[in-house]
Parts: sequence; C-alpha cells; structure tokens
Amino acid sequence: MLFQPINKNYHEFCIDRDPDLCINCKVCVRQCSYEAHYWDETRQKVMHDNTKCVGCHRCEALCPTSALNIRNKPSDFRTNNLWRPVFLQNIYKQADTGGVLLAGMGSPVDIPVYWDRMLLDASQVTNPSIDPLREPMELKTFLGAKPRKLDFSVNKKTGKAKLKTKLTPQLELDVPIMFAAMSFGAINFNLHRAMARAATETGTFYNTGEGGLHKSLYKYGDHTIVQVASGRFGVHRDYLKAGAAIEIKVGQGAKPGIGGHLPGEKINDKVSETRMVPIGSDAISPAPHHDIYSIEDLLQLIYALKEASEYKSPVSVKIAAVHNVAAIASGIARAGADIITIDGMRGGTGAAPAMIRDNVGIPIELALSQVDQRLRDEGIRNNVSVVAAGGIRCSGDVIKAIALGADAVYIGTATLIAVGCTICGRCYTGKCPWGIATNDTKLSKRQNPDIAAKKLANLIRAWGHEIEEMLGGMGLNSIESLRGNRDKLRGVGISDTELDILGIKHAGR
Amino acid sequence: MKRVYPDKEYCIGCHLCELACITAHSKSKDLIIAFREERLKDGLDSCKKVFEKGDTCVAISCRHCDEPSCVAACISGGLHKDPETGRTVYDRNKCVGCWSCLMACPYGAIKRHPTESKIIKCDLCEGREEGPACVQACPNGALKFEERD
Repeated sequence: MLFQPINKNYHEFCIDRDPDLCINCKVCVRQCSYEAHYWDETRQKVMHDNTKCVGCHRCEALCPTSALNIRNKPSDFRTNNLWRPVFLQNIYKQADTGGVLLAGMGSPVDIPVYWDRMLLDASQVTNPSIDPLREPMELKTFLGAKPRKLDFSVNKKTGKAKLKTKLTPQLELDVPIMFAAMSFGAINFNLHRAMARAATETGTFYNTGEGGLHKSLYKYGDHTIVQVASGRFGVHRDYLKAGAAIEIKVGQGAKPGIGGHLPGEKINDKVSETRMVPIGSDAISPAPHHDIYSIEDLLQLIYALKEASEYKSPVSVKIAAVHNVAAIASGIARAGADIITIDGMRGGTGAAPAMIRDNVGIPIELALSQVDQRLRDEGIRNNVSVVAAGGIRCSGDVIKAIALGADAVYIGTATLIAVGCTICGRCYTGKCPWGIATNDTKLSKRQNPDIAAKKLANLIRAWGHEIEEMLGGMGLNSIESLRGNRDKLRGVGISDTELDILGIKHAGR
Repeated sequence: MKRVYPDKEYCIGCHLCELACITAHSKSKDLIIAFREERLKDGLDSCKKVFEKGDTCVAISCRHCDEPSCVAACISGGLHKDPETGRTVYDRNKCVGCWSCLMACPYGAIKRHPTESKIIKCDLCEGREEGPACVQACPNGALKFEERD
C-alpha cells in the first residue's frame, strides 16, 4: 500500500458499502470482473478497492440487500474550467504508459444535442389528430432505390393495369428502427443470436457488423444485413448471399477516418472461425478500403457486390458524418448505392482512440438534414434511402430523424442498454461485467439470449407504439407522410445558422 | 409434475438462488436477519448449492426423482414419495440423521444440517404462492420451474 504510484488515488469512482445492509454474501465479489470487490481472509469480510471500479453498476444491480452504491469520486482538484479533471487524469495515464488513450461507447463530450433542441407539432382543431388504437397507422418502410416514375400496361380485355417498371430490391421494415452494426467479436454470440431473433420477431433487421456471420445464424438471413468493411473479415460468397442486404462500411461515427479494432483478447475459437483470423490475434481493419480511392472505385465495389448477390440484395454504404457529408452522400447515391447510412459522431464503438471519438465528426442531426436536402436539390433523393445512426436515444429522436429526412434509423447503444449496458465505456477490455462486450465464456453467459431477445423485441415494440402515438397526434397516419416533413419540426434556443442547416423554423414561427 | 430445472449454459454462479432459499426457509423471512443471525444460531442453510468447475457452474437441489434412491435408502421413514404431488417429502421428526440418503443421492442434492443430526433438502418452497424462491431470484433465467416429459 505504501509504494503505490502517486496518481493511484485519482480514480473515478467510489464504492459505498452500507455496513448495516452488507451481509458478506460475496455476490459482488463474484460479479465484478475487474476484481474491485474481494474477500479479505484476514478481516473475514468483503472489502473493495475503489481504484479498480469502472462504474458499471453490476454489483449494485445484483446486491441482494441494496448495500452498494457506486458514485463519482468528488474531484479534489482545484476548480479550473480549462484544466478539467479528465485532462489531468489522461495526462497522468499517458505519462505512465506512453500509449494512445482507448475508449469505448459513444462520445461523452458536451457537444450540442440537437434532438433536444427540436420540438414536434401536433394537430389542434382544424386538422384532427388520429387515434392509433382505433384507426390504422402505417409504420411500414421500404429501404432501397425507388423508381422515378411507374409505367403500367393495361390489359384491354379485363381493363386491369399491370406494373411495367422493374423494381429494384427493397428491404421491408415493419418499424423504421434497425439494430445497428455491432460485430460478433465486439459483442458476443448470445447477443448476436438475440438481435437476430428480435429482428425476425419484430419484422426489422440487424446488421452483422464487420465480423462475419456465424453459420448457425444463416437461418435469420431474411432479417440480416451483412457488412463488408475494410478488413473484409468473414466475407465470402455464402456470407454475401446469406443476408437480405449488403452494407459497405466506409466509416463509423465514433471513429471517422480509422478502421475497426478488435483486440486479440476478444478473439476466441468461434470468433476466429467466423472472422477467419487466428485465435488471440488483434483484428485491425485498415483505415481505408484499399480498393476505394474514388467514387468510381466505390461504384466498382457496389456493383461487384450486387453481382455477387445476383442483384437480389440492396447495397448500402455507411459513412461517418463528417464536414462534407452531403457531397459525399451525393457521390454515393450516384455510385449506385441503394441505401446510404450516416453515422453521427455520438455513435458507439467497442474500441476507439479517445481523441478521435471525442473530436472528429459532426452531429447526426446536422449531417442528416444536409444530406437529405442535397439529395433533394439534386433530384436524386429517390435513388437512395437514408438511414440515420449515432446517438438515437428514444422514439422521439427516431421521429425527429425521420422528419429531418431519414427513412429509418439504426440503434446500437440503445440496443445494448436494453440488455443491461450502463455505458461504463470499458468495452475494449473484453471484461464487460454485463456479459455484452466480451467473449469470455464465463461472462458472456450473463446474456441469456431468451431474455435478451425478449427485451430487444420489447424495445422495438414500445418505440413503435410511441411513434404511432406521435404520428397520430400530428394528424398523420403513415410514417411516409412524415419523411422529410420538416414543417413538423421547430427549433428552440438555437442560432439562425443552426436553424438554417437543420432546415427548420424557430418555435413560435 | 413441475420441477426446478437448472440450466448450466446460463448459470452465472452468482449464488442468489442460495440466498433466496435461505430467506424463504427462515423464520424472519428477511435476508439480512436470516443470513447474519439464523444461519449461525439455528444452522439455517440453503437447500441449493451452486457447483462450479472451470467456467461452468450449475445450481443443484433435490430433483424429486420418480424413483428416488434417497427414499429407498432411508431407514426411518423420514423420506417418502408423495403419490399425489410426486414430491419427495422430508419429515424432520422421523429423521434420525444416519445420512444414508446423502450417500444414496446421485446428484449430491441433500445436505447435512450444520448443527443438528438432520438433513436439508429442497421442498420446492411448499405453500409459497410465487413458487420456488430460487427460480424467482435467478437473474438470468437459468432456473426454470416447469413440467417436462
């Protein structure tokens, strides 16, 4: 104890154990994968080491007597608005290790959340609102390129019309919410199974992420989007044909400009088999796709994938929301993509350099409105569907995203929260105490796919109901009528520039 | 009959089932009093035991077998099979503490009473409205109380 390093006391959390309630049952000791709780043989009681606590609250959740309370350690540093404690702690850490600061989950930094600065409309008197419990309400969404016009031929005898235009493949969603790309490896097999089942049950899709698809999940293929990323992990012919759509991942909101990182600790036999990499080796995806250096190159890959899937699967291109996102999206639309996915800077990750996560990219709200506007201005909005991702927290955010111009949204962090995640942000350690971002056999058991699938399906249903209620309130009976309908949005407390970028009026106007 | 079935695939070894069992079988029905006082004073113990080996763990308690070896081994009539409910019932008053049942049980599901010449065995929380306490307490659905063929 005497010889601990000088910065050991600058830890983030304190474990409060109420001695009146603690019965020394050791449940906390068994639950903590960071060994913050331990059995003290000498004292014959459960003790804890605050320096090891990551603030995941697993012990608190399972403590049968509610004896535990995890709280932030009040900072003892002198208040300084420039040198906030996080900067000091980071510098101490790096001075010790000489390494890049790693981080997990979405960025916690204080950048404006425009969802909270936008308000929805509702009908009063003149255009009656609709009660979704009594009247039909349509949330069905089709993702894929839509034809500019429809041609029909009429049978002269029967007088019946027949569609002449050949439609491109579409994804049919019962609810405009999909489970975002989280690879098998970043999260474990139990959760992949749960996402596959929940997506099938609720009539939506889940995305494999860049870690391939385990053979045993091919049966859920009709509700699976398979991803092709720069590392090409797990990509082969059967995989491309197994899903209902293919997504080319160019960028990720949490770490624009760099590739995926899966630490070797998380690569066990099953992950290794699915990803086609050796057990225990780091799976580092290159920053760029080495075959994409232009829109023309992207076009080649899009068509190579369409060819490989015999033009049965729509192809999506996922990019991070960055400064010129609208122009890039226009290029992607022109390169033949059926869907463009835009991932905002608050999107989650299993592992990213903290500096990139917290300083690179732009918020999804601004990117989304700009992409939608640009595609409309250029008259190519119908060529692609737009999917928004990165920091969607509730059905209110979903409906605002759709009003800003999205066809559907991806939820990643919310998906994990539904199964217990507390956003402690240590996904990169592979020791997730909630059994989510880990492939450790003992820890991943903590996610029972039966329970997880039910929770995920519940979340989608609950949000679906809320969306129906809000739509009805606005006097709309179909999600189609809301798409890009920015007249249903008003801004509060934001500048003219922000209003202009979002394409909305200020509240009161 | 409905039995408690453990699932080793999803048992996370938290031992909360044991704590629930102790509470359900305590006088106070209060975990803190049961664990701190009744356990030491009255020899209160859980009918359930979590077995662990490597990464695998599983919570074992009496399986209320159709043909129970413990009943066959019992010399005093302290264990019998209830023909109506199908449960293997323990009569504490008849038990002489010979531990024959302990040795006969192939699952290690019977425990010695810590202080008395008696045994501790699952009674499926007889009379408890919500069913067995362990099943209710399991945070991961690794204990199921159901009818199986």
